[in-house]
Amino acid sequence: MKSYILPEFLIDRDDYRCIRCEVCVRQCAFDAHWYDEEDDEVRVDEDKCAGCLRCVTFCPTNALIVRRNPNQIPENANWTNEVLHNIYKQAETGGVLLTGMGCDKDYPIYWDRIVLDASQVTNPSIDPLREPMELRTYLGAKPDALEIGRKKGKSSVLTKISPQLRLETPIMFSALSYGAISYNVCESLARAASEFGTYYNTGEGGLHRDLYQYGDHTICQVASGRFGVHADYLEAAAALEIKIGQGAKPGIGGHLPGEKVSAEISHTRMIPEGTDALSPAPHHDIYSIEDLAQLIYALKEATHWEKPVSVKIAAVHNSAAIASGMVRAGADIIALDGIRGGTGAAPTMIRDNVGIPIELALASVDTRLREEGIRNRASIVVAGGIRSAADVVKAVALGADAVYIGTAALVALGCHVCQKCYTGKCNWGIATQDPYLTKRLNPEIGTRRLVNLLTGWSHEIMEILGGMGINAIESLRGNRLRLRGVGLSEEELRILGIRHAGA
Amino acid sequence: MLRGIRFPDDKDFSGCSIFGMMNVRGEKFNGEDMITAIANMKDRSNGLGGGFAAYGIYPQYADLYCFQMMYDDEGARKESEEFLEASFEIETAEIIPTRACEGVRESPLLWRYFMQPRQKVTCELEDVESFIVSVVMDINRKIDGAFVFSSGKDMGVFKGVGFPEDIGRFFRLEEYEGYSWVAHGRFPTNTQAWWGGAHPFNILDWSVVHNGEISSYGINKRYLEMYGYVCTLFTDTEVVAYAVDLLVRRHGLSVEDMAKVLAAPLWDEIDRMPAEGKQLHTALRQTYGSILMNGPFSIIISNRNQMIGLTDRIRLRPLVAGRSGDIRYISSEEAPMHLIDDNVEDTWIPRGGEPIIAELENIARPAAVEENLLSLSGADS
Repeated sequence: MKSYILPEFLIDRDDYRCIRCEVCVRQCAFDAHWYDEEDDEVRVDEDKCAGCLRCVTFCPTNALIVRRNPNQIPENANWTNEVLHNIYKQAETGGVLLTGMGCDKDYPIYWDRIVLDASQVTNPSIDPLREPMELRTYLGAKPDALEIGRKKGKSSVLTKISPQLRLETPIMFSALSYGAISYNVCESLARAASEFGTYYNTGEGGLHRDLYQYGDHTICQVASGRFGVHADYLEAAAALEIKIGQGAKPGIGGHLPGEKVSAEISHTRMIPEGTDALSPAPHHDIYSIEDLAQLIYALKEATHWEKPVSVKIAAVHNSAAIASGMVRAGADIIALDGIRGGTGAAPTMIRDNVGIPIELALASVDTRLREEGIRNRASIVVAGGIRSAADVVKAVALGADAVYIGTAALVALGCHVCQKCYTGKCNWGIATQDPYLTKRLNPEIGTRRLVNLLTGWSHEIMEILGGMGINAIESLRGNRLRLRGVGLSEEELRILGIRHAGA
Repeated sequence: MLRGIRFPDDKDFSGCSIFGMMNVRGEKFNGEDMITAIANMKDRSNGLGGGFAAYGIYPQYADLYCFQMMYDDEGARKESEEFLEASFEIETAEIIPTRACEGVRESPLLWRYFMQPRQKVTCELEDVESFIVSVVMDINRKIDGAFVFSSGKDMGVFKGVGFPEDIGRFFRLEEYEGYSWVAHGRFPTNTQAWWGGAHPFNILDWSVVHNGEISSYGINKRYLEMYGYVCTLFTDTEVVAYAVDLLVRRHGLSVEDMAKVLAAPLWDEIDRMPAEGKQLHTALRQTYGSILMNGPFSIIISNRNQMIGLTDRIRLRPLVAGRSGDIRYISSEEAPMHLIDDNVEDTWIPRGGEPIIAELENIARPAAVEENLLSLSGADS
């Protein structure tokens, strides 16, 4: 069948600059470049180009330009190029449209409609280069009151505090499963989290045995497929996370194709090599909130009540009530993943249309837990589209204890957000298991890049805090008075619990 | 003037002068020196608020709660009195004596009530003080035009819009005898002056005077709301008073531990502490991080037994302590102590976050302060 799909990108090669080194040919796993020996020409097959810019980045003579194909259909607000592209694709295959990364649609990004406060005159701003500035954050259930005993004028704590995670910055690496991403990415995340004093999350792919050494900085996920879940796995973790849902695909499960299930992944996930790894949409032992409570307590019991248990849900319409139930079911951490949260593979229609922006979910969950007087009983961690230190600061001020970053961490490792993760051909060596590609990411360098990102963001957070005249992150957490909305409706302001700029 | 302005979620900003004076043997003195002392720091206030709190001033009613009230009009008074009578035996209701004073204008109606909860109310209560707090919250929130500005026993707050020395004379404070006093001169940068917004802020027998701005106000307020405290006052100082009430009265923390919540040690310091201290301070910060008072402040927190001076942990506002015989001073500046007392023996500047505690009978100085004192006296010799 002749395909009606036009190539998304065109590749321009400057023949004067090109030295026929074939770097582009070797770098492109999609085979968009090939060398024609007969004519000594490097040629292109633009239908295959993912637009990931790997070739452009590595071309030693800057001979390449990858650009959006200007051959677009006549302008139409309704029948856009993308809509047509999708319909042709489905007419040719009869399949479900797949995509990777987070929703790329034009929903409001509330972070960009919120501005921050700073001190002027009445309150000195603080210079973080001269004065202490504290970002340390503890995640886990906190008591409503401390009982303190006194002996000979000395105080000692009688209340037993629930297990806590200690973060040196309120940023963790989001759940990225081994299988969806390469071992080298997992190792980079694990080492960076350990070095910086924060945590990374295994996702649902189990924990490779060589990474157990970073267990103190690992959050091990227990998802509906239960891949790689066994006693040692639970034991190795600093905290456990029950994954109910994911922002990129609320309400549906996951599917890791068999070709990605290598020997190592098979071993780690505890499934036969080459078989598809299917995560059911629901946990088949959680059909209600009381079932969730059972699993939470089963995990606590299995780990001697020494580890906090997080429950992760996709941000949906009713998140606030659900979160309240989760806290009452014993969750120590509520992880919320918004509509812009990423994925290795999701049906496009789900990714782009299900869920709500994380800012609104966060605000309503924090407000609800406070109204019910149970906010102390769990920490809130948000994920799904945190792009910068400013986003982190705004999230914390809206009420988050910490954030998860997934896409931002992958971008730090080279990801160009081409959204082709589901193909398994990631030229940047991230979302692939092809050894030829995975070796492109050196974990040593990956660790450095991630630590640098955390360092840079943390400095920026300190700078912003100092500007506000605050020297500890807990004084910002939930401090919505330091936020103002710009160009938001009254309803949006009400939900966010902030006032409009100028008021 | 009290109507309709009491529910903003914002605070106003103010610079200020604070002054506290306590006789640790409980001997009483009148308000004259307090007025002189606070007037000496005139450039720290701008005439938009001044006030005093005095302990031991109502010995004839020592066992009764004294509610001092501001009313916009007779209607608000009638409504409040009906509300109070439902659950209190009111022993005495009287107008708070004042004198005409230049610089004090547009005063609300000022009344005070000496009273106790009715038997039928108290027998159902586990905790009378929590009931008193809820009554104060109810009046301040629900009765438009009425405001409780003092609710302790054998103590009273006197405050209003004006320079503090004028407010002192307006309330005839030279006629009151107390053993522990605090005073406040206010410099709000917000011109909306209202009587309830002046300091001290009081709940039960806790009074707080405050110089500074609580930059963490937004979260302090939201945390305290979970415990039933409703901030109604348009000033960030009230969160300090509620936090103190929560920590000391309801959660039973010592004053020292309470101070370590409001001005927590840095994590760096906590990490270097011996095991027990490390555990204590880590737990305090984990549990009460939301009522860490962040931003510049110096405060004096008083109750019937104690007068506590505290600055923020990086000391962005001034505080000086001093003593003279049985008298203990805590002040924004040193000069007023010498102005009213020729016999001030020693004065020192406490470190950021280190509480200075004057107690009936004795004054405790933390070890760090002793060190500081030594280095101060040794510097020039």
